[in-house]
Amino acid sequence: MEWASWSDFWHMGGYGFYVWGSFGVTAACVLVEVVLLKRAAGETRRRLKRMQQWEEQ
Amino acid sequence: MNLYTYASPANFYTLAGRLIPWFAWGAGILTLWGLYIAFFLAPTDFQQSEAYRIIFIHVPAAWMSMFIYLVMAFWGAIGLAFNTRLSFMMARALAPTGAMFTFVALWTGAWWGKPMWGAWWVWDARLTSELILLFLYVGIIALWAAIDDIKRGDRAGSLLTLIGSINVPIIYFSVKWWNTLHQGASVSVTKAPSMAAIMLQGMLILSIAAWLYTIAVVLVRVRRIILERERQTEWVKALLEKES
Repeated sequence: MEWASWSDFWHMGGYGFYVWGSFGVTAACVLVEVVLLKRAAGETRRRLKRMQQWEEQ
Repeated sequence: MNLYTYASPANFYTLAGRLIPWFAWGAGILTLWGLYIAFFLAPTDFQQSEAYRIIFIHVPAAWMSMFIYLVMAFWGAIGLAFNTRLSFMMARALAPTGAMFTFVALWTGAWWGKPMWGAWWVWDARLTSELILLFLYVGIIALWAAIDDIKRGDRAGSLLTLIGSINVPIIYFSVKWWNTLHQGASVSVTKAPSMAAIMLQGMLILSIAAWLYTIAVVLVRVRRIILERERQTEWVKALLEKES
């Protein structure tokens, strides 16, 4: 184990800003992609279903 | 069973639906494992202290940005050569994730460059060619979005992808061909990696995680594209009927 304490861990030897700035934005990018994708997939299904119901009427 | 069965969008749709959870869970578990190595097992670097830990996402993201582009070019080429429907859909589904990883590679590079080089950005060959890769992704996505005629759009976008693929070897070899501020490859096929085994292990695990993640999101995206494009077919109608 490299870290004496949690504050040591967040501090990252003085490079916390850069390390967490990198990992944080990466996590945000992945999260945004997943959320947008889920939303778009749901939206497409709903729209196609609506179109289909229209056609049936 | 014939392998070509899955070239049919209807069969592929079902197969992809079954595979997605496996890739997603695999990506999640490997990410946790990789991050554990990155933060708790990998030792402090004697030159860069803790700042070097950015490598654990920077390198996998940069690899992915190039790999995804090549896979996209591969599907585009197959589509152009054989006019297979699913190939173009795969190419389109790959682009946003490729762009995302390119952005992550550039971003983490900047946040690593600042403490180590003293600059967020320099116009050296490696950084510039990677930036061009991002512009290529964005340009291809924009081109696809701009052309309403799906078939023409597919062809135009794939052609641009193929032309742009010349940039990938330029990125990869830029650190050899030119005098760059960016360091040379730490991992290569021809010589032993110039880093500790545990660091390499963490990086490889996170790279596999990035692959599994990419496959999962691309399959979700390609399923959506399949539904859109095949909405007039009986199988999509039956599928939506069953769900509602």
